[in-house]
Amino acid sequence: MKRALPILAVLVVLLAAIAVANPFFLEPAGFLAFLKRAAPLVILAAGQYFVIVSGEFDLSVGSLVTAEVVIAARLIDGDESATWPVLALLVVVGLLVGLVNGVVTTKLRVPSFIVTLGMLLVLSGAVFLWTGGAPRGALSEGFRVFGRGGLGPLPWSVLILLAMGAAAIWLMRADFGKTLIATGDNERAAALSGVRVDRAKIFAFMLSGLSAAVTAILLGGFAGVSAQVGQGLEFSAITAVVLGGVVLGGGRGSVLAAMAGAVTLEALFTLLNLYGISGALEFTVQGVIIIAAVAAGAIRLPRKFTPRRGDAHAAS
Amino acid sequence: MNLLTRARRPARRGQARGGLAARLREPTQVVFLALLGLVAVGWVLVALDGGQFLTMESVVGIQQRSAALGIVAIGQTLAILAGSLDLSVAYLISLASLVAAEIMAGQDGNIGPAVAAVLAISALVGLVNGLVITRLQVHAFIATLGTALIIKGIVDHLYDGPAGKVPESFQLLGYSRIGPIPVSALLWAGVAVVAWFLLSRTRLGYRIYAVGGNEEVARLSGIRTGRVIVITHVLCSVCAGIAGLLLAARLGAGAPTVGTDGGYDLESIAAVVLGGTALAGGKGGVAGTVGGVLLLAVLDTIFNQLEVNSFVKDVVRGVVIVIAVAVYARRGTRRSA
Repeated sequence: MKRALPILAVLVVLLAAIAVANPFFLEPAGFLAFLKRAAPLVILAAGQYFVIVSGEFDLSVGSLVTAEVVIAARLIDGDESATWPVLALLVVVGLLVGLVNGVVTTKLRVPSFIVTLGMLLVLSGAVFLWTGGAPRGALSEGFRVFGRGGLGPLPWSVLILLAMGAAAIWLMRADFGKTLIATGDNERAAALSGVRVDRAKIFAFMLSGLSAAVTAILLGGFAGVSAQVGQGLEFSAITAVVLGGVVLGGGRGSVLAAMAGAVTLEALFTLLNLYGISGALEFTVQGVIIIAAVAAGAIRLPRKFTPRRGDAHAAS
Repeated sequence: MNLLTRARRPARRGQARGGLAARLREPTQVVFLALLGLVAVGWVLVALDGGQFLTMESVVGIQQRSAALGIVAIGQTLAILAGSLDLSVAYLISLASLVAAEIMAGQDGNIGPAVAAVLAISALVGLVNGLVITRLQVHAFIATLGTALIIKGIVDHLYDGPAGKVPESFQLLGYSRIGPIPVSALLWAGVAVVAWFLLSRTRLGYRIYAVGGNEEVARLSGIRTGRVIVITHVLCSVCAGIAGLLLAARLGAGAPTVGTDGGYDLESIAAVVLGGTALAGGKGGVAGTVGGVLLLAVLDTIFNQLEVNSFVKDVVRGVVIVIAVAVYARRGTRRSA
């Protein structure tokens, strides 16, 4: 929790700045609209957190989100009755991709950076091969309701976000979370003290795949079908997690902070839009702020942590 | 796994003194064997398809296709060997091509200043990357991703499409050739030889291996690790700048998407790892990277000649990279066991 404090402070400042520029933001409807927009990235960041805290990377989530949306559109093709089977299939595909990532990383000892990079190429290639270059089909209304509709005033995506967030926090407090952090901190020590390191990591990758599936369901409803829907999301998710003070290389940081990092990133985008920093330059500001935020976090650390930078580089 | 490889590395440093012959063992050897195998398979497949594989045209094509990626990958090798990595090369390539074409503006006399400006800008980007990583203690992944976003923002803000003009004489760099060897391939070979010399014959080269092997041990042995990392990033970015010049020469203009369309960031890392350089740093070399880049280019050429759907290429490429690294990892564990 202590580690979550700096990012929460930054978040409060950003939210206040948004509220000053746009008072509508303070009303429940305005804030819920913001949360609804942020939900996909926050869920994706929570999934990415599990992988990063165990000492690995997952670069495949962006293309997995694209693949899931394209698959859903093609299989549903406007047919309302196909909604639930396809939703189940998406979740299974997400878990399966995570399983493959995890097994290749742990059993074949390939660095996860490479495994998930390979998975990125395979997924994007395979999906476009299957659809012939352009996504076809359409999503059903029943599918889109998760990204667009709501239960009364509460959007479904916010409810899903709360449920997933609570589940993630619960998981990290359970035995699984403790073994996962031990694994990321020092894999060998964890293995010697009886942690099933491989199993913990595979499970982390499957959680990341699952979160990508949920993100795809929300984004598919919210933004619609396109071949670019997941583009760059892997980098956004990793950035969000790191913004939350989670250390690349594993073993440090909380899932709540990671999710707060994602909300902060989304708040940053909103703020840049409000202050009229148009399209392209937004990236420049984003780049500067990301470096500055992470640098500020690193400098705050006590001296004794710095040798860990050596570990952080060894992403394998 | 990490701890085991770490502990072994100092011993390997001794072997590296043996020069090229010793370096050619292990993963590098595997890459070139795989390359030979792939050429043989490609020959058979294309022959069955009724074509001829190793024509003059296709060999020149392989060299030209791999030159730009090859130059970037050599720079990336240096960064990865030092235990870092650079995700900003793709956007830097776009920026370099635009700067080159804008300054040249079709005039022969402007070639010198344009090349100098590109090299200076890329060195500056590398310097920023290196300093952010070492001084501000930002992980290389985030630092270079941040730089990439900054460059992307500037390039996208200023340019919508191709801009500038490269004079005829500079376009020769992209297309002309001496006998069967394109000038661009010679440039690539030149960069590779310089990098090989740097790594195996100079003090800086040994230091790069030492820092990548174990930064803390290197620091305790009196190496200024920060300086080494900054230098590798400057060299890596300069290589990206050279690749940008080459692509500008080939296109005849600068283009804001030339770097990202080629996927040079992730692809160069993939080529380096395919060549047997450990992503964690400290192990590997330039020869493997050259093999890795050629392997990807030959794969491309085979697919082109067989007229396979381009999306299959991505799938196969992804699988090949993962399998190759799995093979290296296997060998590593067996040795240490």
